Amino acid sequence: MPVKFEVNGKRVEVEVEPRLTLADCLRHKLRLTGTHVGCEHGVCGACTVLVDGAAVRSCLMLAVQAEGAKVVTVEGLSRDEGLTPLQASFRKHHALQCGFCTPGMITTAHALLSEEPNCDADRVREVLSGNLCRCTGYISIVEAVLDARTAYRRRGGGNGA
Amino acid sequence: MKLPPFDYACPTSVSEVVALLAAHDGEAKPLAGGQSLVPMLAFRVALPSLLVDLRKVAELRHIKITNEGIALGAMVRWREILDDARLRTAHPLLIAAVAHVAHYQIRNRGTVGGSMAHADPAAELPGIAVTCEAKIAVTGKAGARVIAAADFFQGPLTTALQSDEIITEIRLPLWPAKRRFGFQEFARRRGDFAMAAAALFYDEDGGKARNAHIGAIGVADRPLRLKAAEDAINGTSIDEAVIAKAEAAASASVDPADDIHASGAYRKALIGVMVERALRDAAGLKTT
Repeated sequence: MPVKFEVNGKRVEVEVEPRLTLADCLRHKLRLTGTHVGCEHGVCGACTVLVDGAAVRSCLMLAVQAEGAKVVTVEGLSRDEGLTPLQASFRKHHALQCGFCTPGMITTAHALLSEEPNCDADRVREVLSGNLCRCTGYISIVEAVLDARTAYRRRGGGNGA
Repeated sequence: MKLPPFDYACPTSVSEVVALLAAHDGEAKPLAGGQSLVPMLAFRVALPSLLVDLRKVAELRHIKITNEGIALGAMVRWREILDDARLRTAHPLLIAAVAHVAHYQIRNRGTVGGSMAHADPAAELPGIAVTCEAKIAVTGKAGARVIAAADFFQGPLTTALQSDEIITEIRLPLWPAKRRFGFQEFARRRGDFAMAAAALFYDEDGGKARNAHIGAIGVADRPLRLKAAEDAINGTSIDEAVIAKAEAAASASVDPADDIHASGAYRKALIGVMVERALRDAAGLKTT
């Protein structure tokens, strides 16, 4: 069935089977392969995207459920080839190694910092508990997110990317 | 795994939902937040021929606070409960429990009706519903009815819902402002399902506890009230000796099975500790 929504500010219309997840729709129909698919049952967080501003697991949402929604993927968080302050902070703190979990970490952290730019380390850990990383041991990721808070305080609230 | 094939409908009213469910004779499933149902589809635990998406059913989205209590529409998401400042005083036990539900991203999608209908024995809201004697309003082709929480949960992933019925509302009785409460949950990793959790409250009358309600999550095939532990605290002023009795009574009340996460004996001990800690929180007593 046809479904129309907005991805990273662009209107799209795709023909999908109802059983196609939003994650697979983004990757296979729209070729936005920044969204990674790890466990395919809502445990690992690698597929996290923003739907109407809220961080959600795109493997647990059907593409047809995105009808009319504004979806933002990791590709939508930077407008050009440069790094966003959050991405730069990940680089500075060595918050990634293999990079598989990174899109989910970035989208989740972006949603959190957009809503709560003054969050503390406990809150960052609590929110990132839904994203698995097998390389870093998490400490560097938490540090990167905490360090990026200043950039979000400056830009003020809002989650439209 | 990729999901099995199914048809999809997205109606806008409860009556249309019920008509679709009834027409498919047990083969259709309502889709609320999808945070339990979609993994079940991926694992082929559920193989419905039709998913009836509830996202456009506006009459299921309300949070009402009245003199009779709190009514949560079935499509209210965890996030909306945590963001509703009124509920922090109107039902602090609910807030304490919902804070333990899964993870950030899942709380943005998961719904109260979905959790109740899924009926995982380790889930928080079913435990709160049983502890607080909630009523569950459902609608089917024969009309609307109201089911007591204690009768609603019948076993793991099994409820009193008929195949043509959906939950419309969860009704929690009014919460007195001075009520004392505690919620304690143990999971190996944050956001995992509870290995055991205790939800409890009591009212005070002349320094004595009365109207104690103690619920246990994750230690049986459904959430339970622990009457023996309630009896241990009713009529007492909560002190170390009462807490020890309630802990022992809680452990003795349950007989959990062994599973891959823990032995039955471990869970039996753990529920006692969860009741002990929750009772300390309620009474304002520090851990010794």
